[in-house]
Amino acid sequence: MAQPLVKKDDDRDDEAEYSPFLGIEKGAVLQEARAFNDPQLDARRCSQVITKLLYLLNQGETFTKIEATEVFFSVTKLFQSRDIGLRRMVYLMIKELSPSADEVIIVTSSLMKDMNSKTDMYRANAIRVLCRITDGTLLTQIERYLKQAIVDKNPVIASAALVSGIHLLQTNPEIVKRWSNEVQEAVQSRAALVQFHALALLHQIRQNDRLAVSKLVTSLTRGSVRSPLAQCLLIRYTSQVIRESASNTQTGDRPFYDFLESCLRHKAEMVIFEAARAITELNGVTTRELTPAITVLQLFLSSSKPVLRFAAVRTLNKVAMTHPMAVTNCNIDMESLISDQNRSIATLAITTLLKTGNESSVDRLMKQITNFMSDIADEFKIVVVDAIRSLCLKFPLKYRSLMNFLSNILREEGGFEYKKAIVDSIVILIRDIPDAKESGLLHLCEFIEDCEFSYLSTQILHFLGIEGPKTSDPSKYIRYIYNRVHLENATVRASAVSTLAKFGAMVDSLKPRIFVLLRRCLYDSDDEVRDRATLYLNTLDGEGAVVESDKDVKEFLFGSLDVPLVNLETSLKNYVPSEESFDIHSVPKEIKTQPLAEKKAPGKKPTGLDAPPSGPTSTVDAYERLLSSVPEFASFGRLFKSSAPVELTEAETEYAVNVVKHIFDRHVVFQYNCTNTIPEQLLENVTVIVDASDAEEFSEVASKPLRSLPYDSPGQTFVAFEKPEGVPAVGKFSNMLRFIVREVDPTTGEPEDDGVEDEYQLEDLEVVSADYVLKVGVSNFRNAWESMDPDNEKIDEYGLGLRENLTEAVNAVINLLGMQPCEGTEVVPSNSRSHTCLLSGVYIGDVRVLVRLQFGIDSQKEVAMKLAVRSEDIAVSEAIHDIVASG
Amino acid sequence: MANFFSSRDSCPAVKNILLLDSEGKRVVVKYYSDEWPTNSAKLAFEKSLFTKTLKSNARVEEITMFDDNIVIYKFVQDLHFYVTGGDEDNELILASVLQGFFDAVALLLRNTVDKREALENLDLIYLCLDEIVDQGMILETDTSVIAGKVAIQSLDAGAPLSEQTISQALATAREHLARTLLK
Repeated sequence: MAQPLVKKDDDRDDEAEYSPFLGIEKGAVLQEARAFNDPQLDARRCSQVITKLLYLLNQGETFTKIEATEVFFSVTKLFQSRDIGLRRMVYLMIKELSPSADEVIIVTSSLMKDMNSKTDMYRANAIRVLCRITDGTLLTQIERYLKQAIVDKNPVIASAALVSGIHLLQTNPEIVKRWSNEVQEAVQSRAALVQFHALALLHQIRQNDRLAVSKLVTSLTRGSVRSPLAQCLLIRYTSQVIRESASNTQTGDRPFYDFLESCLRHKAEMVIFEAARAITELNGVTTRELTPAITVLQLFLSSSKPVLRFAAVRTLNKVAMTHPMAVTNCNIDMESLISDQNRSIATLAITTLLKTGNESSVDRLMKQITNFMSDIADEFKIVVVDAIRSLCLKFPLKYRSLMNFLSNILREEGGFEYKKAIVDSIVILIRDIPDAKESGLLHLCEFIEDCEFSYLSTQILHFLGIEGPKTSDPSKYIRYIYNRVHLENATVRASAVSTLAKFGAMVDSLKPRIFVLLRRCLYDSDDEVRDRATLYLNTLDGEGAVVESDKDVKEFLFGSLDVPLVNLETSLKNYVPSEESFDIHSVPKEIKTQPLAEKKAPGKKPTGLDAPPSGPTSTVDAYERLLSSVPEFASFGRLFKSSAPVELTEAETEYAVNVVKHIFDRHVVFQYNCTNTIPEQLLENVTVIVDASDAEEFSEVASKPLRSLPYDSPGQTFVAFEKPEGVPAVGKFSNMLRFIVREVDPTTGEPEDDGVEDEYQLEDLEVVSADYVLKVGVSNFRNAWESMDPDNEKIDEYGLGLRENLTEAVNAVINLLGMQPCEGTEVVPSNSRSHTCLLSGVYIGDVRVLVRLQFGIDSQKEVAMKLAVRSEDIAVSEAIHDIVASG
Repeated sequence: MANFFSSRDSCPAVKNILLLDSEGKRVVVKYYSDEWPTNSAKLAFEKSLFTKTLKSNARVEEITMFDDNIVIYKFVQDLHFYVTGGDEDNELILASVLQGFFDAVALLLRNTVDKREALENLDLIYLCLDEIVDQGMILETDTSVIAGKVAIQSLDAGAPLSEQTISQALATAREHLARTLLK
């Protein structure tokens, strides 16, 4: 017992030699802090105690409220000492304790005295401390001193005041903005850092005033900036001005480009780099503009400083995404960076090379990478794998060497994320390069023979089930799959059973063998595995009563679940066991928009609880209930779709009105949600007069006025139109709000007796094609697409004209069609030149529609689009094309 | 403050400055961004950063990307210096902050840069950090100015005359040293 204790003490002695803080304890130090109250202050000792307190705080120790207050009060006593060193420590301690408002008052006078002291060091620090702990009221008291400090000839004081100003601007903008003149003077300071701080503050004061920023940049770019840091700021502000003015000047030279270019010859490296980066990030930068920037970055690549090499290669890497040709000049320097000591630099170099390389250099590059892969971390490897995948898609002919590379690294050690990246890449290559299919599938098969991640195994098995049966010799995969049933855990076994069943369904010659294998699975120890085996045996058998035809079997095995899982879950929860079996068709297919549903949830609670178990209480349900309560609309049948509310008034007007469009088979109902925002008025008999002269196919059939609309309690009025059945009629409607106003006495709240008739012009409303399409997603777009009849496919190409970027074009088409983007394809990676977007929806008449959009953008920002539509009805496919053609 | 770190067009900002020992333990750390709200988040960041950079031999300033941040670092003896900034920031500006910090510490510790010396002069290092960055905003990067500002503190106004001259002499000597080292 005694032995280890002694040993521990020995250890302590060793360590004690090199830490003066060993064994330091909060309680003891707080005791020591009593020395601050001593009438005879020992400055050195007090400094040491403060250092200990700071050390404790820095190590993550916390003080209770009482302890902190106590320490704060005793620290304030130390203002009596005239020791400069101690005073500095006192400043630090006060900042660290961040005292509360009532405590601040105690130190304010001491700090204000220091602020006017003759010692410059006191003044600078007192300003920083005071501004750090102060609030608005105190700030007005010391404002005068701060303004003086900004133009003080001592740079330390000026900087202290300016930096404090930058922080105060966040909390007290109106006060700091009054210092403009002084700050402007400080921008001209000869001291480098003062200039930097002044410029930063001046820009932040004016940042919302475009013209002022532009003026500032214009005057400063003529060359009065000395500090490199300030010059970097100026470059940032300049590119901001260029960005904002870009839309106005279509032709001619870019303003301020000369300034950026001249900065490339600055003597400070940070300025050169800032300018080079700014040039590469210019919108629609031309090759001529890029060249000088690339040249200086290329020089940096062979610098002896890692930071410089890193900065350069990272910037070039970004340029390579949009202008690969511009970077090819640097390829030789880049290749030597592959062996760079710093692995971040090496990885960036590799991925840049993969982007800029041409077809002939691929093999050489792959050889270099193979050596490199073994000694970098997983996160870098993932980056490399991603780059290789895109390279392979760019040069499909090279798939052999790239696929080999991927399968080699798949066999090596690695974490889940890394393996997943490789598997995903192989899957994508198999999908997009038909030649690579067989070898890719075999690589995946080999991988699952020894795969420690159940998730990846199940994913691969699922993929094998879809792709395997379509290959020339499906039987060779069976062995790999059936091995899983013997060797793996229950999750993987279950998915192996499903995969076997898919082979059985698709390949008749294999059916008997699959039956034998599936029957063996009936004795599995796991319920799920046995259940699946039983189910598949019965479905495939053909004689079982579960499904009738071959087509149904395939539909059952390969078809995707076409209802959102959330909705299915809610429906199942609400399902009460009864005579009636659960009907999957009763599950709503509309994907509810989450934020909206959440926002509305509290208000709808009462109806939600006693509502029939018809699925989630979505906004659609609420609308349906609301509409069916109006007798005039009861005969319209089932509600197809309700649009999101469209605002018909500007924000903050007298009357706020928005409209919801409800689409029925033969009718359209406009629901006007009105809010009266004038407390002195009561509106009665509120109607909306709709002029449908620009909407020929519509004729008004009913209108339901709102009896009364008191202040701030929203009400609805409805107008219904008849339209041809099943036809997606479009049109424009102009609206006029008509009502009777009665003045309300603000004191009593009683309305006056007689009212005046009045009108209020609302904005126009349009019924567009997108209103006839429901947003309904599919879980597996590819499967859904292939299950549709290819005869109902229509393909055409469209030019979309000039667009800022692809994202804008993609969003425009999605909004036009009003369909649900699938598999996250609505997100366009920045700077990409082409993009594929998948959409799904249900057209009026309950016709399912799938859309595949392929976009391309050229260097002139001209966007072209290929639109492929499949649906259950060729007429609908054509209708979708009509929407795009007319939009 | 969050505002200060978010905007691309705003000033270069420092998110934290760390000084760790050869086992990854804190000597001094200073966080300016609220990206790491709790002490355990800070410790976790320090630990993974330390592990990630441990293998490199950073005699000169090295650089890495870490959690969407740029970290510039330099190791001397048993001390590890780190400066963290956002991934959109100018790497060279951050490097100048690290350089200012490191050189100033070297000056103040009279070129004996190791953990023991650092802990014995911890007050100087606290003051040094206070002069380099103020709530994320770069205050000063010039080594001699930083060291000069910190060294003035040793000039003891209240001390007896004889002692004052000694400390004054010391300060002058330090400044002299500063100048020779910089050349």
